[in-house]
Amino acid sequence: MSYKRPSFRHPGAAINEIGFHQKDYEGALSTLCAGCGHDSISAAIIQACFELAIPPHRIAKISGIGCSSKTPTYFLANSHGFNSVHGRMPSVATGAVMANRDLTYIGVSGDGDSASIGMGQFAHVVRRNLNMVYIVMNNGCYGLTKGQDSATADVGSVGKAGVPTMFSSIDLAGLALELGADFVARSFSGDKDQLIPLIKAGISHNGFALIDVLSPCVTFNNTKTSTKSYSYVRDHMGSTSIADFVPEKSEITATVAPGESKMIEMHDGSIIELTSLAEGWDPGNRLSAINAIHNANLKGEVLTGLLYIDAKQPSVHQLLNTTLKPLNSLNQDELMPGVELLERINAEFR
Amino acid sequence: MDFSLFFPPDYSCHDSTFVKLKPTDLKDPEYFHKVVDCQYACPAHTPVPEYIRMIALERYDDAYMINWESNVFPGVLGRTCDRPCEPACRRGRIEEKPVAICRLKRVAADLKGDITSRIPRGPFPSNGKKIALIGGGPASLTVARDLAPLGYEIHLFDEQKSGGGFMRSQIPAFRLPEEVLNEEVNYILDMGVHKHFNTYVSSLKEILKQDYDAVFIGTGAPRGKDLPKLDGRWDAKDHVHIGIDWLASVAFEHREKIGKKVIVVGGGNTAMDCCRTARRLGGTDVKVVVRSPFEDMKASAWEIEDAQREDIPILSCHNPKAFVTENGVLKGMMFSRVEAVYDDQGKRKLVPLDEPDVFIEADDVLMAIGQDNAFPWIEKDLGIAFGEWDMPVVNKTTFQSTLPKVFFGGDAAFGPENVITAVAHGHQAAVSIELFCQQMDVHDRPNPLTNLFSQKMGIHEWSYDNAIVDDHRYNVPHANKELSLQNRKLEVELGFDMPTGFKEAQRCLNCDVQTVFQESRCIECDACVDICPTSCITFTTNGDEEDLRHRLTMPALNTTQDLYVSDVLPTMRVMVKDEDVCLHCGLCAERCPTSAWDMQKFLYNVSKASHVCPSAVV
Repeated sequence: MSYKRPSFRHPGAAINEIGFHQKDYEGALSTLCAGCGHDSISAAIIQACFELAIPPHRIAKISGIGCSSKTPTYFLANSHGFNSVHGRMPSVATGAVMANRDLTYIGVSGDGDSASIGMGQFAHVVRRNLNMVYIVMNNGCYGLTKGQDSATADVGSVGKAGVPTMFSSIDLAGLALELGADFVARSFSGDKDQLIPLIKAGISHNGFALIDVLSPCVTFNNTKTSTKSYSYVRDHMGSTSIADFVPEKSEITATVAPGESKMIEMHDGSIIELTSLAEGWDPGNRLSAINAIHNANLKGEVLTGLLYIDAKQPSVHQLLNTTLKPLNSLNQDELMPGVELLERINAEFR
Repeated sequence: MDFSLFFPPDYSCHDSTFVKLKPTDLKDPEYFHKVVDCQYACPAHTPVPEYIRMIALERYDDAYMINWESNVFPGVLGRTCDRPCEPACRRGRIEEKPVAICRLKRVAADLKGDITSRIPRGPFPSNGKKIALIGGGPASLTVARDLAPLGYEIHLFDEQKSGGGFMRSQIPAFRLPEEVLNEEVNYILDMGVHKHFNTYVSSLKEILKQDYDAVFIGTGAPRGKDLPKLDGRWDAKDHVHIGIDWLASVAFEHREKIGKKVIVVGGGNTAMDCCRTARRLGGTDVKVVVRSPFEDMKASAWEIEDAQREDIPILSCHNPKAFVTENGVLKGMMFSRVEAVYDDQGKRKLVPLDEPDVFIEADDVLMAIGQDNAFPWIEKDLGIAFGEWDMPVVNKTTFQSTLPKVFFGGDAAFGPENVITAVAHGHQAAVSIELFCQQMDVHDRPNPLTNLFSQKMGIHEWSYDNAIVDDHRYNVPHANKELSLQNRKLEVELGFDMPTGFKEAQRCLNCDVQTVFQESRCIECDACVDICPTSCITFTTNGDEEDLRHRLTMPALNTTQDLYVSDVLPTMRVMVKDEDVCLHCGLCAERCPTSAWDMQKFLYNVSKASHVCPSAVV
């Protein structure tokens, strides 16, 4: 068994704007089961960060516990990382985001980590609009403990254990919409053409961005009767639109007939270009997104793509008026501005 | 609200009028053969990765025998081969330098034990056929080796006192020690070949009058080119030599000295052998003078390096103008300066420069400017047709001449090439002679012997060493320069020792262990795409080749390398693998949950004479 990926890459491999190869964004060789959807999501994160030309050392990846939460070892080896406590990734991420707003935060969690033990944490991190991308690697089972049903397993879905799921499932995208998230997307590990632009858009989004990624568990939940298998998702997958992410520096050259596309300008000047919009769906209308999800779920379909976006809302930093500088770079003058300023502030309350 | 589900283009059927690539036909033995670049490039198609693995396993005898069966002279070729395999080596496209295939062959020859028990030994039961081989070089010896065990009575004619042909007369002993050559020539002669050495065949008609069932002509390209019309050529003719004749006279010890100042005219490997030999026979000021620019020289890069290491300057773009003599004594040569000009088609023209001529002093001049074939001993009325440049008309597959019982091979067939090509010719000519003597159609060639079998040992275990090492090519150590310049028989290259041989062998990518894809098992999870270090694998909609090559994860721009295309998958896509820079690391198969990918070793053996009537082989 190979424990190391060969160090050679394609001799024609490109470098990005800041001089890095995609190899510089890779991690260790995965120890997940062969064929795990999570590995594809890792590959998509690697490619998205490479293409966005983010310096690897300016990224922090934070995870909880589970197969999903192991993946940060398998991407971005040159970035900061914190493999935290089960279901507590949002708390650790909150601390990190508060301490340094300059980094790009990628939170990785699973359906167990987010929809069961971490449900409360998940709800509050959405509410607070913490500046991060929250990627759920959603396989509908607890793969690390031999495949028990998770809280996102659909009623009636039958995994390898052979017993249909009895309890109704939690739709994390729907829940995030209810809780006020401004960037909600769903994707599929087997469709990188869709997933990579969504990750890039999520990274660019100012505030909390949820990407719920269906990621089949090839060992315990890839049966013909499971609704989270490769074949079920492929056969029942539809999308709200095709999203293309255009970084701020590039010129928009695509020509799309008016009415069929929508351009959404992001906080940092980049653009999400949506084409082939589904009928009746409006990316800026929360209700239409909630309806779309419910309708798809009723029909047993898997609605993917960007579900809802509002790029104008303030993130936690604007809401709390946090300091612009990382806490570790604040000096004594900034932390102890002196008696005069204290007097002035006190005077305001007199 | 109605939500029409949209399926992105990757999942849709393309227009049926669109040209699509057909699934790769794995039943065609040439598909996987082509992936093994080194073996494919080798004229004799030696199974290179297979013997390199044997070296890594310290199974030197096996490594040697794989070579011996395929190229007959592993010890000779491990020192002197032109190495068409190395520029083809996939490793050279991944990093700077290819695997030192040639020098590993020598490792097998140097470190093997006594393998005589594995060499076929006569007497063989006679098949009642008798053949004559004219010329004792690699082509004839290969024919002898392939046919002697089949019961042929073989008569080998050579004008020299021992066998080996140009391997003996042209390759200096400091590159190829006589013992190495003798060992491998004798393996063949000891099979019961009737030796007629010191016998110059002056008439093919006389040979044909005798009762030979077939005659093979492997007389090489024995005539060195001259500059007969150059001013002064014949004024001091004792000090102006034809390179190959001079090398032969040194090899057979008719000549032991040369003047201090020597000019070698020419830029091929013979020129390199001439100048280095001259350094060992007393030449202290030896220069190579060549018409072409340095980078266009025909000599192998490593032979040029070896000459330069022995303080031999190479003067390029000098065109010979005259031999300069005084009172019948050679003084030197006059050269005019030229410049290479290339036209739109890249064709070279040497244009004289407006510069004064250059005089170079010399006591002796060696001319190594090419070789010609010469068949003064073949009568024109025998039914053997001669075509352009007085070359015999020879079939490129069967090596048969227009006189059915006469076959050609080696340099005698199509002009000067090299030892390994001569061996390849010999094998094919032997097949033809066997077919001919068994009254079968010489054009009905036996198929190559191929085998494809899984290397799977466990869930993620392979029976080959699939880890890829980062090591750069190892250099071969050389003998002390001062000592080797004093002794023309002291071998310069010392070969790899056991540990270095192992490390160099580990650089081989095992390109014969093929990535075999079975579409019916694939669940399209993308694991192979994600893990492939060199981004060789893409799942996409089919198209014509040009279109597909540009749509892959990494564009497949090396069109000499094939695309491996699967049949259509459930999502209407196909798997496309660009063979170009595949490391054969097996990770696609390790990360495949359904074993749709498997690593399977492909063996390809060129058909030999013994395969014509397998039941007749003892």
